[in-house]
Amino acid sequence: MSKQLIISVSREFGSGGHCIAEMLAKKFQLPLLDKNILWEIAMERELDHRHLEKYDETPKSQLFTRTVKGFSSSPEENIANLQFQYLKKKAENGDSFVVVGRCAEAVLKQYPAMVSIFVLAPLEDKIDRIMEKEHLNQEEAKQYIQKQNRKRKNYHNYYSDVKWGDSRNYDITINSSRLGLKETADLLEIYIKKRRDVGENS
Amino acid sequence: MTAQILAVSIFIAMFILIISEKIERHLVTMGSGAAVLILVFGLCMKDMEAIWRTLNFKSLATLNFWYQAGEASESSSGINWATILFIFGMMVMVEGMARVGFFRWLCMKIAKMVHFQVIPIFITFMLMSAVLAMFIDSITVILFLAAVTVELAQFLKFDPIPMILSEIFCANLGGSATMCGDPPNIIIGTSLGFSFFDFIMNTGVMAGISLVVILVYFYIVFRKELKVSGGRKMTETDMAKLHVEIKNKKEFLTSCGIFLLAVVLLITHAMTGLTVAFIGMLVAVLTVATAPKYAKEILGKVDYKTLLFFTGLFVVVGGLEETGILNVAAQIIGKLSGNNNMVMIAIIIWLSAIASAFVDNIPFAATMIPIIKSLSVSNHIALPVLAWALSMGTDIGGSATPIGASANVVGISVASREGYPIGWGRYCAKMVPATIIVCVISTVYMFVHYL
Repeated sequence: MSKQLIISVSREFGSGGHCIAEMLAKKFQLPLLDKNILWEIAMERELDHRHLEKYDETPKSQLFTRTVKGFSSSPEENIANLQFQYLKKKAENGDSFVVVGRCAEAVLKQYPAMVSIFVLAPLEDKIDRIMEKEHLNQEEAKQYIQKQNRKRKNYHNYYSDVKWGDSRNYDITINSSRLGLKETADLLEIYIKKRRDVGENS
Repeated sequence: MTAQILAVSIFIAMFILIISEKIERHLVTMGSGAAVLILVFGLCMKDMEAIWRTLNFKSLATLNFWYQAGEASESSSGINWATILFIFGMMVMVEGMARVGFFRWLCMKIAKMVHFQVIPIFITFMLMSAVLAMFIDSITVILFLAAVTVELAQFLKFDPIPMILSEIFCANLGGSATMCGDPPNIIIGTSLGFSFFDFIMNTGVMAGISLVVILVYFYIVFRKELKVSGGRKMTETDMAKLHVEIKNKKEFLTSCGIFLLAVVLLITHAMTGLTVAFIGMLVAVLTVATAPKYAKEILGKVDYKTLLFFTGLFVVVGGLEETGILNVAAQIIGKLSGNNNMVMIAIIIWLSAIASAFVDNIPFAATMIPIIKSLSVSNHIALPVLAWALSMGTDIGGSATPIGASANVVGISVASREGYPIGWGRYCAKMVPATIIVCVISTVYMFVHYL
């Protein structure tokens, strides 16, 4: 592996994957890319990022969109492609970063500097986390989680040939409840460092 | 009866598959066409004649196909080769024009002429969109116009979305004015034997009146957005960046010459007797012959998938026609209108507009042609009147929603790719009223003028 390091963190909603990504970004002193990708795109093009954010990580509606000669009427699809181009450009420039979601493990799969991680957790732990974070009751939290995960799955599977959360597509798939968020991040740090060592020696 | 049920089932399955976009639409229509030929004509009807009639190869070998002295006649049913050859020819010509930089040059020239001021660009681009779409397919018009609009918006700091929406609407409206502007019109014109002049004198007048009203409408609804956001003057450096250099003046002039020739031949085709199929093939041959070095590149860029889509579609509609199912549909429309011609015209305009807002207007128009033929006979109403109603409804209805017409999809996509997403809400808020305005104008005009 070269000096470049790209850590892609895909996550189930409520699994604490985003927190783990933040911890990894701190540990490796890398910028964290999530919805701020759209802020960057908006800044580069002098646009209002609020117009882009509502389409962030949102699946394309099959019924209400049409494609003509490769042009899609779906704002969701076009915004997703803008983000993918942004990620590819950064990877191509040799930048190192941690990216959360956005099909990064599929979009950047040709870059050997990428370590792809999928974070999951049992439903009850996800419910506890979302109840606390969003101030919802148990049933509301459960429904919210299911809705968000369905959305992430549809979004991912539309743009990617591989299935969301399928362990065969990630370098490491980890249950964040077994060790807790901090310990999970520590373990992933060891794995990523090992990967870098292997890469540099090869 | 089995043949009818099968033909309708294939047609419905084809429509659903086109909408679902799971399979490319040319594969869907070609597959459906093959199913009609084998299952409906071959197995159910055991009618080889129907297969040959639908494939319609014979028409290509007739003199009438290329040259028609006197009145143009209705074409036989089945594959409308005139439409396919004409569209092919225009595609080749447009590729030739794009290669020499015609469209970008024209857009920038007009923007420069109005001194890069936002509101004058807004008005002139709408007009340019309508005029170009009268002769060139609206996808190409919007592809270039929307790209230049976004580019200018970035320099002049205005929101390009209102301008792109207006351009889309005007492209669809301009397309309705002529026989070659929009695919439904080409199909209607070649199937029913109308000339370019017939369209200009009927749908052209309606489109012209509508264009004036629509320019005012869009100015009223968008002026605030454009004035608020358009706040930067062009500098010399900006102008230098936007300057379009024509690399090869000879090729550029040749390409413009071929375009002008196509326009003149189309306008005069009723007088010269040259059919649109002939004109299409002539401009294609001229484009390739005058740029032999680039022949492979130009021909390679032609959208053959669309041509295959048309071919399959005509076979499927031919299946519906041969089995007589479209006569049943015509009887239903006749009953619904209570044999009142006014109601019938209104039904055709508004039904076509509503259907075209959600489904591809090409298969819709192709299906409706045999229906209006049947209605014309059974209800003693002039066929041209129904044809103009169908043309205006299908061409204009497509503007109402983001998925209604190809130009809408391309315009929205070009804007979104540059970071200006257009959702259903923002699109429909201004485009649905505009569509209703034009449909009302067309309905009233038809009541007053034809009844």
